[in-house]
Amino acid sequence: MSQSIAEATVRHVAHLARLTLTDDEVEQFTSQLAEILAYVRKLSELDTDDVPPTSHALSIKNVFRDDMIEPSRPPGETLHGAPDSQDGFFRVPKVLDQEVI
Amino acid sequence: MQFAETVAEIARGIAVGDTSAEETARECLERIERADPRVCAFVSVDGDLALSRARKIDAARAAGETLGLLGGVPIGIKDNICTRDGHTTCGSKMLGSFTAKYNARVVDLLEAAGAVIIGKTNLDEFAMGSSTEHSISGCTRNPWDATRVAGGSSGGSAAAVAAGMVPAALGSDTGGSVRQPASFCGVVGLKPSYGRVSRYGLVAFGSSLDQIGPIANDVRDVAMLLAIIAGHDPHDSTSVVAPVPDYVTALDQPVRGLRIGVSSEYFGEGLDSTVADAVQAAVAELEGQGAQTVPIELPHMKYAIACYYIIAPAEASSNLARFDGVHYGRRAADPDDILDLYESSRSQGFGTEVKRRIMLGTYALSTGYYDEYYLKALKVRTLIKQDFDRAFDQVDVIVSPVAPTTAFRIGEKIDDPLTMYLSDIYTISANLAGICAISLPCGFDPNGLPIGLQLMGPAFGEQRLLQVAHQYKLQSDFRARIPPTPQAGA
Repeated sequence: MSQSIAEATVRHVAHLARLTLTDDEVEQFTSQLAEILAYVRKLSELDTDDVPPTSHALSIKNVFRDDMIEPSRPPGETLHGAPDSQDGFFRVPKVLDQEVI
Repeated sequence: MQFAETVAEIARGIAVGDTSAEETARECLERIERADPRVCAFVSVDGDLALSRARKIDAARAAGETLGLLGGVPIGIKDNICTRDGHTTCGSKMLGSFTAKYNARVVDLLEAAGAVIIGKTNLDEFAMGSSTEHSISGCTRNPWDATRVAGGSSGGSAAAVAAGMVPAALGSDTGGSVRQPASFCGVVGLKPSYGRVSRYGLVAFGSSLDQIGPIANDVRDVAMLLAIIAGHDPHDSTSVVAPVPDYVTALDQPVRGLRIGVSSEYFGEGLDSTVADAVQAAVAELEGQGAQTVPIELPHMKYAIACYYIIAPAEASSNLARFDGVHYGRRAADPDDILDLYESSRSQGFGTEVKRRIMLGTYALSTGYYDEYYLKALKVRTLIKQDFDRAFDQVDVIVSPVAPTTAFRIGEKIDDPLTMYLSDIYTISANLAGICAISLPCGFDPNGLPIGLQLMGPAFGEQRLLQVAHQYKLQSDFRARIPPTPQAGA
């Protein structure tokens, strides 16, 4: 079967998605994504040059409410699901002085 | 084992004092205890809490209060719908110990009507799947044949109703996740129009596609539940400000003179002949009742799966970015740095199908592929929607099968994602177009497995959709058949 997507691409996409894949997963996803992408490419049979995109089935555009001040959820409640927090903040490893990208 | 009584009958029995809410909840819990070790429909059940809620309903009645429409009726909730009490796991290791601080809007509405939430039902992880095999809580089994899947992703809700554990449950439907399990389990499941029901508190999968819908044994029950959960919610900007009609009263209108659309696109290659025959027989039944069959064309139907499997994973990859090991959910131990924290937490927390869809969606949205895949799919979505707009100018409802086959065997498709995706062929276009659709039983195959009939209606056309479904079901005796009673130790 022709591989339309390279393992290197799969590793790059995994990085973009913030996933670490095992070598087995890379191999598996490379062939499965190739198969799925080959299938979905049937859309290219259609001429859609003059067709507007639909991102949403409703015709609703913008939804506004009155600009009223409402109480926020207390910080404790916002943090209740956090795996780690301190002094009312989410706690993460040090992010400064580090190459993140 | 099926609940002999419908939601409406149970509520009436409690309201007039023939039984109590506590007695009803107790019976329901006993049925779960008996049947669920085999079916695995529930992720969690809090019996004490359910009984204490039921006693409150009984106390209210004793104090002379008029009970709500669902006063004391036990209901199951799919475990991707947030409940203040207990866990909301989404069938994922990522949210294995997650608790929500608030109820989803639909849960508040059900409870306000007097429903007693019995427990949370099983699902494919984050509602991604067609078989309820992808869940940390195990695989839900079909009550009609335990070697087969219950369908998915709302397999737990459909199986719980079919096995008589609860008279009704809520599911969610992004590409058929209410209708296909309802079909496989021989019960009734509705996907409301996009915007009809608030999604506040539903863990997001595909935000332009997701809708919460009811599952029950009876069309009347589904209509009643929809009337309760439908309506605008300021917390969900995609919920539409539109009056909620009296769905239940409309059911009794005959179908004489209504136009039923039939498209050859729904009866092509890959459709099991037993399923095709049963659906054709249902069309003949509706004709016999005076409905008129009109041939229609949906020329872009054959592109629906390709379109959906770009759009849904794209939206999922974006929605699931929130699971980062920081805000909630699973966090990997001892990360080297913030990037490792994100990557390790996500890689440990998500199962294979979820990772596969995140990968697919991220690819479709990435630089260089966005136009070729994502934008292209959005344009094809327009064409699919226009097909339905044109069709509904000519007909009141469209009839089709729900799935190409009856329930397949557990494990049969799990290693072949594309084949699994293709089984969604008849259901996903309704989500892409935002229209409403219902699944109801229309027969059995030679193995005794239920066959589902799908009826589709225009956006916000639930009233007529439910009417046709009800009129059909009145004349079909499939509800008289019930799944085999689970044997102890079986």
